[in-house]
Amino acid sequence: MSSENKEKQSERLSFWEKLYLPEIARGLGITFKQMFKPSFTRQYPEERWEPTGSYRGRPVLVMEESGERCVACGLCSRVCPALAIEVQAAETEKEKERYPIKFEINMIRCIYCAYCEEVCPEEAIVMSKDYDIIFTDPQEAVLGKEKLLVPIEKLQDRLEFLRQYK
Amino acid sequence: MNTANITWMLAETGIKAFVIVNIILVMASAEVWLERKVCAWIQKRNGPNRVGPFGLLQPFADVVKLFMKEDIIPAAASKNFHRLAPLLSLMMAVAVYAVIPYANYVDVMGHRVYLGIAPNLNIGLLYILAMTTLGVYGITLAGWSSNNKYSLLGGLRSSAQMISYELSMGMALIGVVLVSGTLCLNGVIDKQVGWFWHWNVFCQPIAFIIFTVASFAETNRAPFDLPEAEPELVGGFNTEYSGMKFGMFFLAEYANMATASCFIAILFFGGWQLPFPQEMLGLKDGSVQLALAQFSSFFIKMLLFIFFFIWVRWTVPRFRYDQLMSLGWKILLPLSILNALFTAIAIIVFKL
Ligand code: SF4
Ligand code: SF4
Repeated sequence: MSSENKEKQSERLSFWEKLYLPEIARGLGITFKQMFKPSFTRQYPEERWEPTGSYRGRPVLVMEESGERCVACGLCSRVCPALAIEVQAAETEKEKERYPIKFEINMIRCIYCAYCEEVCPEEAIVMSKDYDIIFTDPQEAVLGKEKLLVPIEKLQDRLEFLRQYK
Repeated sequence: MNTANITWMLAETGIKAFVIVNIILVMASAEVWLERKVCAWIQKRNGPNRVGPFGLLQPFADVVKLFMKEDIIPAAASKNFHRLAPLLSLMMAVAVYAVIPYANYVDVMGHRVYLGIAPNLNIGLLYILAMTTLGVYGITLAGWSSNNKYSLLGGLRSSAQMISYELSMGMALIGVVLVSGTLCLNGVIDKQVGWFWHWNVFCQPIAFIIFTVASFAETNRAPFDLPEAEPELVGGFNTEYSGMKFGMFFLAEYANMATASCFIAILFFGGWQLPFPQEMLGLKDGSVQLALAQFSSFFIKMLLFIFFFIWVRWTVPRFRYDQLMSLGWKILLPLSILNALFTAIAIIVFKL
């Protein structure tokens, strides 16, 4: 069986193809041509890429004029497959009655699945466009409320996207 | 020979050796840069461009990085051999440069200084073959002493491959030696004097092809880089090496590539001969200008071959092990023997 295959294969190759060298020369020609084509590289830190609304970057909390939207229901923390979110609720005088006194996302754990965004009844946690998320020690990677709260104006693209496709 | 003569000789050799070893090491870093750049261009990228102008300092940054790394010797390794192996590879790679002629000679203060440490050694060719063969010990020892099955496989492959290709390499060289009638490298170059069609590549084209293919195998470069085949052998023989010991293998590989390029340039492309009769420049034998012209000619040829090595690496996929062996034993070896035979017959028949 295998010898049959072998014969067929060698029948298919012409003498020049069996010699390797002409084909290798052809390959070299192709790669040589590539050398003079413009490169695709983006000079990253200087030349940044601007994602669209569908991009799932770092999850952030939406902040309106009256404060954060979150009502500390804890659903996001519950659904998070990576157990990255910790919410502690407290009471407030405002009409929505509850707010998170502590809201932490551990960015080392987060897998950017956007489940938290999907489950949130208030559209209070959404994915942002931040993608260069860098830490020098694990403690720094646990983002508290002061880093998570982002003014609503900056999140318009994502909110628009959610309105359309969610 | 009187004392003054011996002192002069020692000083001359010492200075030449110092300069050449340093040039080799800098050349190796330049090759690393070139390799990364060419690879990037072929893949439509930019390559290193952050460290220094055009990323030229990248290899030096790499070396600094390697120096800073922890040097790990596996607990189960054979420690002394593990230490010896990279040294051996690098030493053999550098030792070859002793016989390579870079230009003819210059007359300095009444002395005739040949450019090269010992370019007139009458067994230069044999010496190079011997040294490149010894280089395999470094790799084999590295594979064996690491006490790691993948490293061992890499080392074994390397020795099998080198032994198979050494044969056809030597056989291909016989043709060249027959044509030039000497084993001395300067002698081989002298035979190729005059216009460029006197170069050996035109009277020994088959030997040239065989030799080039075999030197790819000898230097462990793609498409024959089986000893370090990443997907199958993790990293091959250097899996268990870290820090500057790994760096030494790396340097040795690039030094070997430069050797192979020099060697091809000398044997088949006239070494330091200019592509036209040197009388046309109107320069005196032994003058510095002529030596410079010869050196540039040699250097350009060598650079072109280094470029060729890199270019092939990023074009041709790796051979399978059985393909490698059948190519070596069933095609290259018979072909090189036939080539030697026909050359010998032609020399007798045509009284060359
Ligand atoms: S972010 Fe949304 S889901 Fe999470 S606690 Fe606040 S309101 Fe509930
Ligand atoms: S994106 Fe996914 S992993 Fe990250 S915090 Fe939200 S639910 Fe957790």
